[in-house]
Amino acid sequence: MPGIRYLFPHKHLLGIQPLSPQDITALLDQAAAFEEVCERPDIKIVPALRKKLVVNLFFENSTRTRNSFEIAEKRLSAEIINFDADTSSLNKGETLVDTAMNLEAMHPDLIVMRHSAPGAHQLLARHMKASIVNAGDGAHEHPTQALLDAYTLRKRFGKLEGLRVAIVGDIRNSRVVRSNLWLLTKMGAKVTLVGPPTLVPQDLKATWPGIEISYDFDAVIPQQDAIMMLRAQFERGTGAYIPGQGEYSRFFQLNAERLRRAKPTVAVLHPGPINRGLEITSEVADGPHNLILDQVTNGVPVRMAVLYLLSNQHGEQVP
Amino acid sequence: MPADQGPCPMDPGQMEATLQRLAQDLLAHVQPQEEVVLLGIRSRGLPLAERLATRLRASSGARVPVGALDITLYRDDLTEMVGSPIVRPTEIPFTLKDRTVVLVDDVLYTGRTVRAALDALLDHGRPHRVLLLVMADRGGRELPIQADFVGLKVEVPKGHRVAVRLTEIDGVDGVCVEAC
Repeated sequence: MPGIRYLFPHKHLLGIQPLSPQDITALLDQAAAFEEVCERPDIKIVPALRKKLVVNLFFENSTRTRNSFEIAEKRLSAEIINFDADTSSLNKGETLVDTAMNLEAMHPDLIVMRHSAPGAHQLLARHMKASIVNAGDGAHEHPTQALLDAYTLRKRFGKLEGLRVAIVGDIRNSRVVRSNLWLLTKMGAKVTLVGPPTLVPQDLKATWPGIEISYDFDAVIPQQDAIMMLRAQFERGTGAYIPGQGEYSRFFQLNAERLRRAKPTVAVLHPGPINRGLEITSEVADGPHNLILDQVTNGVPVRMAVLYLLSNQHGEQVP
Repeated sequence: MPADQGPCPMDPGQMEATLQRLAQDLLAHVQPQEEVVLLGIRSRGLPLAERLATRLRASSGARVPVGALDITLYRDDLTEMVGSPIVRPTEIPFTLKDRTVVLVDDVLYTGRTVRAALDALLDHGRPHRVLLLVMADRGGRELPIQADFVGLKVEVPKGHRVAVRLTEIDGVDGVCVEAC
């Protein structure tokens, strides 16, 4: 320990894919230090980002991710600008690069961006001096969600290595899944993807050969340490791949009856917002196994850790 | 012993005696009704605080809780650094309100760490008063900060530093002067 100074080697957080297990562990360890800040009785603010300007650039709706980032930024004493796509010149035909150049003129230190196009963050990273944090890009990556899921699991089980995690539901349309697959496989967890064949693309095994794919939720439940339910995203086209919501619920809903066959210590996660009665019943979502609100709580210290580790200028830079 | 190692003005036996003396000085300084808590500044202030607490408990019978303070997020040079140093958790599982807080650190030099520690601890509550205890004072202050209890004053030649070594971290006790 003494003498070896680990420095987070990345300028941006574009996804989990470029991170090493050591980087992931450093982020999760840092989040633990920031959790202490968030749990203080009085002053939940530290002056770590006091001279830094953070721009929240959201091209897609997001209430909880954006609020979570904003709380994290405030707790780090950063200056904040919220830039909504609706209220900007984007409606007047300004390109993403034009927007980036205009923002660059304000000299931001960090940009937290959600954009539906997977390449948008790389594009911004090329045109700006600021560090870019991906707050979700289409169905590609959502790295801070995967980090907070991992933090929640690690806090509950003490480790990630060897954990059996089932990710259930609309795998096809979920960005949470890809970030989680990178993270969990890098950290040695055993992942099973579960859903109807139309929503679980087989080609994911080409990228993550160690994972398992199952279309039979009931068969995989008893082995799992954690079950991560995904939101059935009918606004993103889930409906086009399945016969109907009733059929979907019959086979892939996590309800009390299915949960009875799980390990007594099983943890239930969901990235939110939940569709009560569709992919999960209220009884389970509010029941003793659920860590859903812990995930929300843990999102703030995890995002503080990300912003903190990216906030300083870097010596040797890895994109 | 490394070649660049200078004199060691404190050996393990002397450190034991110094800790005992510091504990007695502290007890003589505080009023019986004061509730004393120790806050060790990470990393070497923490084991020092724990050792002092053991002695204070034995002498006074008081509880003497010990907390750990990480001052990284309060450093005045944090945003100018290359890379972000790893922050370890601050652990203060008790109230500081109306307590007599003794900040404990290994070396007092510029005073900037203590300034950061004062800011950090005040975010946890308003103590009755704050005292500063250090194992080694090497002079060279850049802020108007002085210790209330000092284990040893050390003269340090240019290009050298004071190293306080503790069994818990370094495997051996002692205070040495060494080249930077």
